Amino acid sequence: MRLVLALLLLFLTACSGQFPQSVFAPRSDFSTELAGLFTNIFWWAVAVFVFVEMLLLIAIARFRARPGAAHPKPVHGHTALEIGWTLAPALILVFIAVPTMRAIFATSGHAPEGALRVEVIGHQWWWEYRYPTLNISAYNELHLPVRTAIQVDMTSADVIHSFWVPRLGGKRDLIQGRTNRIAFRADSTGEYWGQCAEFCGASHANMRLRVFVESDSAFQRWVDQQRAAPATPAKGSPAEAGERVFRRSACIGCHTIAGVAQGKVGPDLSHVGGRATIAGALFPNTTETLHRWILNAPSLKPGASMPPQNVSPQDLDALVAYLQSLK
Amino acid sequence: MKRWLTTTDHKRIGLLYFWTAFGFFLIGGLEALIIRAQLVRPDGGLGVSAETFNQLFTMHGTTMVFLALMPLSAAFFNFIIPLQIGARDVAFPRLNAFSYWVFLLGGLFLNASFIAGPLFGADRLSVAPDAGWFGYANLTSRQFSPGPNVDFWLLGLQILGIASLAAGFNFVVTILNMRAPGMRMLRLPVFTWMTLVTQFLVITAFPVITVALVLLMFDRFFGTHFFLPSGGGDPILWQHLFWMFGHPEVYILILPAMGIVSEVLPTFSKKPLFGYTVVVYSGVVIAFLGWSVWSHHMFSTGLGPIADSVFAGTTMLIAIPTGVKIFNWIATLWGGQIRFTTSLLFAVGFIAMFIIGGLSGVTHASAPSDLQQTDTYYVVAHIHYVLFGGTILGLFAGIYYWWPKMTGRLLSESLGKVHFWLTLIGMNLAFFPMHFSGLLGMPRRIYTYSADLGVARFNQLSTVGAFLIGIATLIFFWNLLRTRWRPANAPANPWDGATLEWAIPSPPPVYNFTVIPTVTSRLPLWQTERHPPMTPLPDRPPAPIHVPGGSWWPMITAFGLPIIAIGALAHLIPIVLAGAGVVIVGIYRWAYEPFEM
Repeated sequence: MRLVLALLLLFLTACSGQFPQSVFAPRSDFSTELAGLFTNIFWWAVAVFVFVEMLLLIAIARFRARPGAAHPKPVHGHTALEIGWTLAPALILVFIAVPTMRAIFATSGHAPEGALRVEVIGHQWWWEYRYPTLNISAYNELHLPVRTAIQVDMTSADVIHSFWVPRLGGKRDLIQGRTNRIAFRADSTGEYWGQCAEFCGASHANMRLRVFVESDSAFQRWVDQQRAAPATPAKGSPAEAGERVFRRSACIGCHTIAGVAQGKVGPDLSHVGGRATIAGALFPNTTETLHRWILNAPSLKPGASMPPQNVSPQDLDALVAYLQSLK
Repeated sequence: MKRWLTTTDHKRIGLLYFWTAFGFFLIGGLEALIIRAQLVRPDGGLGVSAETFNQLFTMHGTTMVFLALMPLSAAFFNFIIPLQIGARDVAFPRLNAFSYWVFLLGGLFLNASFIAGPLFGADRLSVAPDAGWFGYANLTSRQFSPGPNVDFWLLGLQILGIASLAAGFNFVVTILNMRAPGMRMLRLPVFTWMTLVTQFLVITAFPVITVALVLLMFDRFFGTHFFLPSGGGDPILWQHLFWMFGHPEVYILILPAMGIVSEVLPTFSKKPLFGYTVVVYSGVVIAFLGWSVWSHHMFSTGLGPIADSVFAGTTMLIAIPTGVKIFNWIATLWGGQIRFTTSLLFAVGFIAMFIIGGLSGVTHASAPSDLQQTDTYYVVAHIHYVLFGGTILGLFAGIYYWWPKMTGRLLSESLGKVHFWLTLIGMNLAFFPMHFSGLLGMPRRIYTYSADLGVARFNQLSTVGAFLIGIATLIFFWNLLRTRWRPANAPANPWDGATLEWAIPSPPPVYNFTVIPTVTSRLPLWQTERHPPMTPLPDRPPAPIHVPGGSWWPMITAFGLPIIAIGALAHLIPIVLAGAGVVIVGIYRWAYEPFEM
């Protein structure tokens, strides 16, 4: 059985493209360290498994009762054996404990001087990211420069969440009133998937996220875009009508669009049109999903605090056009 | 009917525990099947809502731990322990009845939450506990869980805690004080030993969860902030308290099963247990270490490298006494004359499956490695190899072993073997793929997952396996039921067992032993090098035996507790006071009752 597992492991590592949240395809120093540690323990476990299950199988195969056989010898124990099978596992554990302790200190979450600092704040059920040194924020989709040390400080605005992007590192909990840390350096560009790992209420399953690891120039372009004021719709365009709808609807109570509204309940929408996904990385950012989301968010994401909106079809089209224009 | 309601006979209470716990086991299993059915398809599954799903997994965990596995072990404690130590009953028979009724009522109270919705102006299936069996703060606060769901949970667990504590004290006193002459501590059967260790864990672990639940109750009912950061409290405090209980609880669940296996293997290999004293002491060591590992459930909360190292180290240490037990069990089989009864198959299955759960346990004892595993399906696989592959297979071994003693009727061996193989295949099909779904990125406690994760196939295998377990359990249920219509003709010692319960008829008479036996060896019914088998007990008691009659008061006292809980749930002080009145009057009348009706 463990042999099958080993083969499957190899197979899974080979084609990680199909498994965007697999721990077997690490792409950072942090996740590589953890994968190495797991592999080390795994092979010890396989060895122990094969040895002990073999003993058990041999025992039940060899010593089945046979009619007329003499009564077995009443053996009560064997001191040398007892000492042996106490020491053997203890010895194996040394080979697991030492690398474990080493890895604990190596991954304790302190990035080197000059690392890019990111604050992650958990909300039911979406993610807020702040870049204090760059003076920008992002929502659900985290953008990071490749081969750069990242220091992540985490906390929660409400219940406990857990930030987990398996290919970039192990998970850490986001706890209100505390700050937790992880540090890593992504070693290749790409889109990495993650999601909340600590049960956090009705839509725990729908609290997902994406990390875009980009080249320095692409990252800088993204930063510049976030720093810019939100796009102003052209006169007479559908987007301009949409902005008016936004201004007179309940939207402004909860969402911020710089220069338009300053709601603080939901994510900032100043650059929502530039995101790949909406609703906590739950749906692709398309006209159709935006329509459905605005009309009835709780039906798509149970417990979501955004109430269903009563907007006419024309207003809805305009609103979506406006949101999509906010690159 | 009256004789069952007022009974203080440990054997009847044992059977009541058994059937009640088995009923809850079926309910918990049904919840698991709905969970598995929902997860068979990604992106919405079969349409179970997020809210319903959260109630189902919360109640599945809570039910299996508190209402099925613990009380199934308790069924054996009740029925078997007095017989194994040569006693006429437990030390406090009425307290024993009280424990049972409190357990039953606590279980009904918790499950009533499924249908109580309309009383709170909500739908059915909307007010059952929904914050997980671990109920992490601050999700359990009024702010984030405004409904009665968490109230049902915290009140129900407090009721059940009373049942466990009362039984815990009862069995510690029983095992220490009620032993037959000559039954020295190191002559106790290993099942009795593991029960003793378990009960010490119960009486030390349950007060911790009780304190935590009381603090939570204060937070929810009286506006305190023990676990609320908004008021200066700390949600991590809850996790420490919960796991200080929760980890010993794991050993409360597994040690009795280890005790059962240590009885079954010697009987069916016709050899004494290999390394008796080592097996006993390793059980004691596991219990002690079990107290020092709780934070390994919290590696992702950021305890810092020193704490992580210490708890990783203590957790790894547990592998040593556990490994020692496994080697001694294999050595017991080695050189024996093994009879492949259903009971033995389940005991061997226990060893084989528990090894897998133990080894995956080592992979998350390593704190950094656990950061990729905790809160994923990998951990779901681990706990099910330990609690299903371990505890439940062990309990099944015990049921096939002791059923003839408990009812006088043998279970069908051919149905039993079908049950065993279906269960073994089903559990591996259900739980092994979960290792993969977890490591491929599927978190636990999610009612839906993206098809793009690539874990749908693994989930489908798990679902098929779960339904196989369901079919196997129905076959087992039928096996139990059909014995009711069969003649009670099981011999006193159908398996040639060595311990005292096999020295008396099946089922035992109400007084158990016609005369209290004098014990001279660890294996009183077997011929050993130094000791001949015990002389058979006389068929009839040589002198009249005084057997206490029944009492209504344990049950009446027990009824006061859910009344208090209902009052608290409805925020109606008069009902709370009425319940307290029932408890006080019940205890008073109980204390002054002449106990020989």
